[in-house]
Amino acid sequence: MSAPANIDAPTRDGVGDSPQRPDGIGKVTGEFAYASDLWHDDMLWGATLRSPHPYARIRSIDISAALAHPGVYAVLTHEDVPGAKYYGLDHVDQPVLAIDTVRYQGEPVALVAAEHPEIARRALAKIEVSYDVLEPLTDPRKAAFDATAPALHEHGNIVRHQPVRFGKISEGQRAAEVVVRGEYQVGMQDQAFLGPEAGLAVPTEDGGIELYVATQWMHVDLRQIAPCLALPEDKVRMTLSGVGGAFGAREDLSMQVHAAMLALHTGKPIKIVYNREESFFGHVHRHPALMRYEHGAWRDGTLVYAKAEIILDGGAYTSSTMNVVANAASLGVGPYSVPHIEIDTYGVYTNNPPCGAMRGFGAVQACYGYESQMDRLAAELDMHPLEVRRINAISQGSVLANGQVVDTPAPLAEMLDRLAATPQPEPADQTDIRNLPGGAANTTHGEGVRRGIGYGVGLKNICFSEGADDYSTARVRLAAVGGEPTALVHTAAAEVGQGLVTLQGQIVRTELGIERVVIAPADTQIGDAGSTSASRQSYMTGGAVKVACEAVREMIFERAADQFGVPADELSLAGGKIVAQCAGVLAALADFLGTEPIEAVREFHHRPTQRMDPVTGQGDSHTQLALCVHRAVVDVDVELGLLKVVELAAVQDVGKVLHRNSLEGQIHGGTAQGLGLAVLEEIQVVDGLIRNPSFTDYLIPTILDMPPMRLDILENPDPHAPYGLRGAGEPPTLSSTPAIAAAIRDATGLPLTRVPIGPEDIIHSVK
Amino acid sequence: MEFYRPTSWREALEIRAAQPDALPITGGTDVMVELNFDRARPAALLDLTGVPEITGWSEREGQIQIGASMSYTAIIAELADRLPCLALAARTVGSPQIRNRGTAAGNLGAGSPAGDSHPPLLATGAKVHLESVRGSRELSIDQFYLGVKRTALEPDELIRSIEVPAARGPQQFAKIGTRNAMVIAVCSFAIALDAGSRTVGTGLGSAAPTPRQATDAQDFLAEALPWADRDPLAEELANRFGELVAAAAVPIDDVRGSARYRRHALAVLARRTLGWAWEEYRCA
Ligand SMILES: Cc1cc2nc3c(=O)[nH]c(=O)nc-3n(C[C@H](O)[C@H](O)[C@H](O)COP(=O)(O)OP(=O)(O)OC[C@H]3O[C@@H](n4cnc5c(N)ncnc54)[C@H](O)[C@@H]3O)c2cc1C
Repeated sequence: MSAPANIDAPTRDGVGDSPQRPDGIGKVTGEFAYASDLWHDDMLWGATLRSPHPYARIRSIDISAALAHPGVYAVLTHEDVPGAKYYGLDHVDQPVLAIDTVRYQGEPVALVAAEHPEIARRALAKIEVSYDVLEPLTDPRKAAFDATAPALHEHGNIVRHQPVRFGKISEGQRAAEVVVRGEYQVGMQDQAFLGPEAGLAVPTEDGGIELYVATQWMHVDLRQIAPCLALPEDKVRMTLSGVGGAFGAREDLSMQVHAAMLALHTGKPIKIVYNREESFFGHVHRHPALMRYEHGAWRDGTLVYAKAEIILDGGAYTSSTMNVVANAASLGVGPYSVPHIEIDTYGVYTNNPPCGAMRGFGAVQACYGYESQMDRLAAELDMHPLEVRRINAISQGSVLANGQVVDTPAPLAEMLDRLAATPQPEPADQTDIRNLPGGAANTTHGEGVRRGIGYGVGLKNICFSEGADDYSTARVRLAAVGGEPTALVHTAAAEVGQGLVTLQGQIVRTELGIERVVIAPADTQIGDAGSTSASRQSYMTGGAVKVACEAVREMIFERAADQFGVPADELSLAGGKIVAQCAGVLAALADFLGTEPIEAVREFHHRPTQRMDPVTGQGDSHTQLALCVHRAVVDVDVELGLLKVVELAAVQDVGKVLHRNSLEGQIHGGTAQGLGLAVLEEIQVVDGLIRNPSFTDYLIPTILDMPPMRLDILENPDPHAPYGLRGAGEPPTLSSTPAIAAAIRDATGLPLTRVPIGPEDIIHSVK
Repeated sequence: MEFYRPTSWREALEIRAAQPDALPITGGTDVMVELNFDRARPAALLDLTGVPEITGWSEREGQIQIGASMSYTAIIAELADRLPCLALAARTVGSPQIRNRGTAAGNLGAGSPAGDSHPPLLATGAKVHLESVRGSRELSIDQFYLGVKRTALEPDELIRSIEVPAARGPQQFAKIGTRNAMVIAVCSFAIALDAGSRTVGTGLGSAAPTPRQATDAQDFLAEALPWADRDPLAEELANRFGELVAAAAVPIDDVRGSARYRRHALAVLARRTLGWAWEEYRCA
């Protein structure tokens, strides 16, 4: 059967167009209902008591005064967890409520349900927990290597050690003519989504729970929630609520089990909403990293070996540390051909806040390390930073550190050439202080300002790696509604702001040649869609919707072939009609469907991948790889350490542009998040305690910090992926950070090995 | 919680006297944050936005009276020529939304050492008009701040207006924040030259438990500036001024910056703002 709907055919608002988002106007006008807006008539409010200590034994918990507080319906502790007392994303080690030990500041200890959030808060203050405070383990290097450190979990403090052994490092070391070494650090970044954790749990008559929640992956939530509630999975019905951003922070559970426990206990609907401060304690963050790198090269710039030690601080529980380690290890030298590689990546437990998924997922930290090294090598060889990168750039056919052959286009050298050819921004117009470091705060009229330029290159894996059977499920139902062919699309995929709901409609329009598409609410009444992470939903749920549409189309053609006596392979769908090659229009789809809708449910799986070998790190672990490169131009006031990022230019290969507006938004947003990591965003943790859990002191870039961008988007299709697309959300987050850091180094002449770079890092070392 | 919304100044003062635990609220940009985070639980709120006597501004004999409910946005739009320093500072407060609601009187009421209104008010020698049913009094601005978030306001008093002399020479304000907008001052500095009396005013923010003047630096400069000849600013003079300003600070280390950085930055800001102000004076 021929693919009748050529995707370049002019179906309005199909793949490649930029139709308006269905949720766009509601979000802009404030009418969109987020999870924090959920409401049920007789609901109670849940609240969570959290540990003030990073490490302590719980001697006792006295709930009597809290329970006696008027308006309080329930006070629960670990003893009240109906089923399994522990859960976890990849490894079950996190208590639903602390049992005898707390391992990080903010760990949930007890729950309250009350008729008003205010009362719930008052009651929390009346719960008396007696702690034996212990010395927290907060140094990740100590956690990795010091045998005298206290073991925070039964199996010690190393979550995963993943070595990579490629080539023969000793040969590389012998052959190298120049060697550059560096130690680099990445601070703890927060996802800082705007819609805090929230959800509503409603008890059902059959003893089950309906859960409305803002999450990234309902089915993985379900697999963790149901055992804790001692309920079969079909008695926990989840529906996605309005999600205000995610960036990885909603991959782990937050309030789901807590709200459900309170609902089962009280028999009433329970709403839980974290406020901003609680949100900083209520989700995982980006792993801080300590990295040591050594690169050897010939004088002409050709890399001969790379050695790296990367320590990622996973904090108190496992979360997704194992997979973050795999990324940092397999992508540890970036998109460069290196004949001899030795990498050791460690993910460790400490009593710092738990760290897990965040946009870029392990690849961000490594990218900052290897790109800093490429600049060091360029300086050592007196070469242009782009030239060193170009000489060593991978291309299709190159081999990565995990031994995987890049079997799809990877035109890095061309991308670097295009970046080099991008015009430079003009010198700042100093007559308007908003163009200068400090902006309207009037700190300079040009005094002390020096301009720097820096480059960054990043390589990100798309979809799940290491043998995960990563799939998505879609139901497409085509029916005549009011005389119009209308498709209903149902998946469990989480729209978290990225625009998947728009794309699902585009795919259906392209595949079925119709205009009207309705996206059903995402829930667990259909099969797994996998996580909205790893830049994978366009690929995976997009792929599932596409194959479901293809199945529907096939059924239409079979029926039509019968009915009209035309071979199925001569049929196509266009403009809401069934069209035959020679005979022309056979029927309007609406008439053809009549009262008999056509429906298909399909799963989409990507090609299989392999686990990394535990000793050598070898294995085709990645599904797809994506490249982005950045140039940053930064003006630095070297006397005050303030700066203005003047411009960011990016070249990214996305395989196929599905929705240009959304795509540009992803590149702008990813770049801004990388800017945040470069110069602003850090959860400051001292002795295991967070010092800045607020947007007053955890600063994310504003529109006055984020400069205009020049984008150059390439479309070299990946033949394995639907429409040839390449996941696009994460790659820009990798390369903008090192580009900005390099530009600041260029302006100041300072080594600046740690991000984020603050004013004091610049001042106290500038001569 | 009770909510009072008086429609006259007299009524406001009476409620204030009768119920001193009613918290005044004007723009609410500090008060509502406190309530939201459960840091304050006042018995009642006393909303001053319905009081006509404290809106807008007036001018008499070179003195500008800023009504307690005049927003930052209005200060920027209407007073940038007469009160350049305060308008510059107002421009750096929060975001447009915050500037539309927030007031200088609220900034005084909150009494945070990081408030952006304080350095300009100190540098220009402003006065605060306080009133209660007992009567009214006028405090020189440097007497208003008593400690971190502690002010001279009595429990039955309200701020009626702030009196600032119209500029009698060049003025500048500069603020260090680690982000280019919407940021609390790491430290800030204001300078006002009085061309008539040949004196200098200064104000330091986020540099001590209370906003303060750098009096030694002011005195030094008043004496040392070549007021009559209008010579270019000597580098040593600017440096010395910077040192004296930094010496007037008793900053702390906190999550926003170190004491060491604050002193360094104050010296740089003092030098730079003096340079800009002096150039303007020379060319006037
Ligand atoms: C997002 C955000 C950003 C901010 N950024 C800045 C910034 O950059 N710089 C800065 O300085 N501040 C900033 N603030 C703090 C705040 O906006 C300012 O302090 C503002 O000046 C407060 O004015 P208001 O009218 O809103 O005060 P309110 O919140 O109404 O009141 C503040 C205090 O003053 C008292 N008060 C108010 N009016 C009177 C009166 N007439 N008499 C007696 N007492 C009174 C109140 O009881 C209260 O204690 C920010 C706040 C927010 C929420």
